[in-house]
Amino acid sequence: MDLLQINFSDYAHALKNKKISATETAQFFLGRVHNLDSKLNSFTYINENIIEEAKLLDQRISRNENVGPLAGVIFGIKDMLCTQGMPSTAASKMLSGFVPPYDSTVVARLKSAGALIIGKLNQDEFAMGSSNETSVYGACKNPWNIKHVPGGSSGGSAAAQSARLTMGTIGTDTGGSIRQPASFCGVVGVKPTYSRVSRYGIVAYASSLDQAGPIVSSVSDAALTLETICGQDSFDQTTADIKVEKMSTHLDANIKGKKIGIVKEYLTGISDSDIEINFQKAINAVKILGAEVIEISIPLTQYAVPMYYIISASEASSNLARYDGVKYGYRTLADQSSHLSLDDFYSLNRGEGFGSEVKRRIMLGTYALSSGYSDEFYIKACKVRRLLQQQFISAFEKCDIIMSPVTTTPAFEIGQKSTDPLKMYLNDIFTTSTNLCGFPGMSVPFGTTTGTNVLPIGIQLTAPHFQEQTLLNFAFAIENTEEACNFRKLKPNVY
Amino acid sequence: MSHIINEATVKEIAKLARLTITNEEIADYLPHLTKVLNHFSELKSLNTDQIEPLVSPVDVSICLRQDHVEKKISSDELLKLAPSKVGHLFKVPPVI
Repeated sequence: MDLLQINFSDYAHALKNKKISATETAQFFLGRVHNLDSKLNSFTYINENIIEEAKLLDQRISRNENVGPLAGVIFGIKDMLCTQGMPSTAASKMLSGFVPPYDSTVVARLKSAGALIIGKLNQDEFAMGSSNETSVYGACKNPWNIKHVPGGSSGGSAAAQSARLTMGTIGTDTGGSIRQPASFCGVVGVKPTYSRVSRYGIVAYASSLDQAGPIVSSVSDAALTLETICGQDSFDQTTADIKVEKMSTHLDANIKGKKIGIVKEYLTGISDSDIEINFQKAINAVKILGAEVIEISIPLTQYAVPMYYIISASEASSNLARYDGVKYGYRTLADQSSHLSLDDFYSLNRGEGFGSEVKRRIMLGTYALSSGYSDEFYIKACKVRRLLQQQFISAFEKCDIIMSPVTTTPAFEIGQKSTDPLKMYLNDIFTTSTNLCGFPGMSVPFGTTTGTNVLPIGIQLTAPHFQEQTLLNFAFAIENTEEACNFRKLKPNVY
Repeated sequence: MSHIINEATVKEIAKLARLTITNEEIADYLPHLTKVLNHFSELKSLNTDQIEPLVSPVDVSICLRQDHVEKKISSDELLKLAPSKVGHLFKVPPVI
């Protein structure tokens, strides 16, 4: 049995029929993490206890207990999500030593479905970044070429999954942080509709934008993970009371006669020839499948990046105000015997605990919300946000789904953009609108760069609110195209 | 109007945000903040008269629960996370 390729439903079948045990599976993946992760730095914590947990699961299976649809599936969890008994630090010194005494709802639901947690995964500090270079644990590497970034902020999740150190992972997406690394690493990533997945127990970055979702190897695995983690939660009052369908059993690759919208304004933003070639190939591929491709116009997408950074920085400056070094997390080592003011004490803890990109965004948000500027920045951005959403909703009257590239370039080299924050921010041009409008979005692997430096390139799909099934069906169709099948014959350099 | 950020502004923002900041950081942040804030100012050219701000992207009814304690995390467990404590209390340096 090839544990590197098997999908969740086949694995469940094999486990039930005693073709493999959860213990063997856990040993296999733990071994891979020990052997390969020194090259990638995708893990921030390894759960060595997983073998014991797998043995207990095997005992339950042998007693014919109902162990859940994800029984024995080995999941890695982004460091943003509280995971009981495992350090959950948002890859920040500010949360050093924080071992939560409870599970986030997402982790609790995965565990209830039988999943085994192999550890915590690297990310940009507080999910602020597109390259995984701002982590206190150091940069994570792209398994296809370790000189390149895996993307971010869920870089560790995408890298670990791409290198098959896990069977599935969870990431979070505030402005593209699931879709962009999934594209850079050649795996499937889904950002659900805002309010679909509980944010309880997830470190808050920008509360009106954050959503957790799967980064996995196939569309069917994404569907099964989504139906496990979606749904209303009494611990998050923003979760929607909408029934969660069995998405994995309703996958349908027939897109004949469906309309796919291509955003005119995005086409002018593509400057990289590999991105352009792959996108054109994807357009041709869906036409061959019988879909109708139409051009749509959403002019305000050109303002998505400033809109996104104003809103996310403003929300972050408020959310991160809770870290003061009193009840948990980092506290200054400076001499505290002399009388400090309380403000000075907080400022020292925060000034030393937060990394430079996090401080930059807190300051941007503080400025954007400060007296005299909030109308010009935050309120203005929220007004344009409404107009942007209206333009998208009008566009969805003409098409079933929107297809676009995920990023402006394939995975770039480590260090290439980290000195210029604005350049890094502008890389998010195709992904941020989805979060601003709350739509579900997805990256599905499709092709690669040309030449000897082979790097994956994904295709992005965006659907109307709560239409995850539509999203998955189109992704399923793309996954079955000749180009995507050829891509899956390749494997990253790291193994 | 372009935003001119000077050293004093950076120090004032850092103070409002409760962040100590070194001279090297000020030198690093100054040009970046200016550049990014001016990029943000691009939104000014858009007409948003009579438009209500969109604060949350999906209009869902608020999900409320009964105010019953459902999860019990003991104070001992929480105090384990404290950087400094005395008995059952969080400890901070003398501030008055």
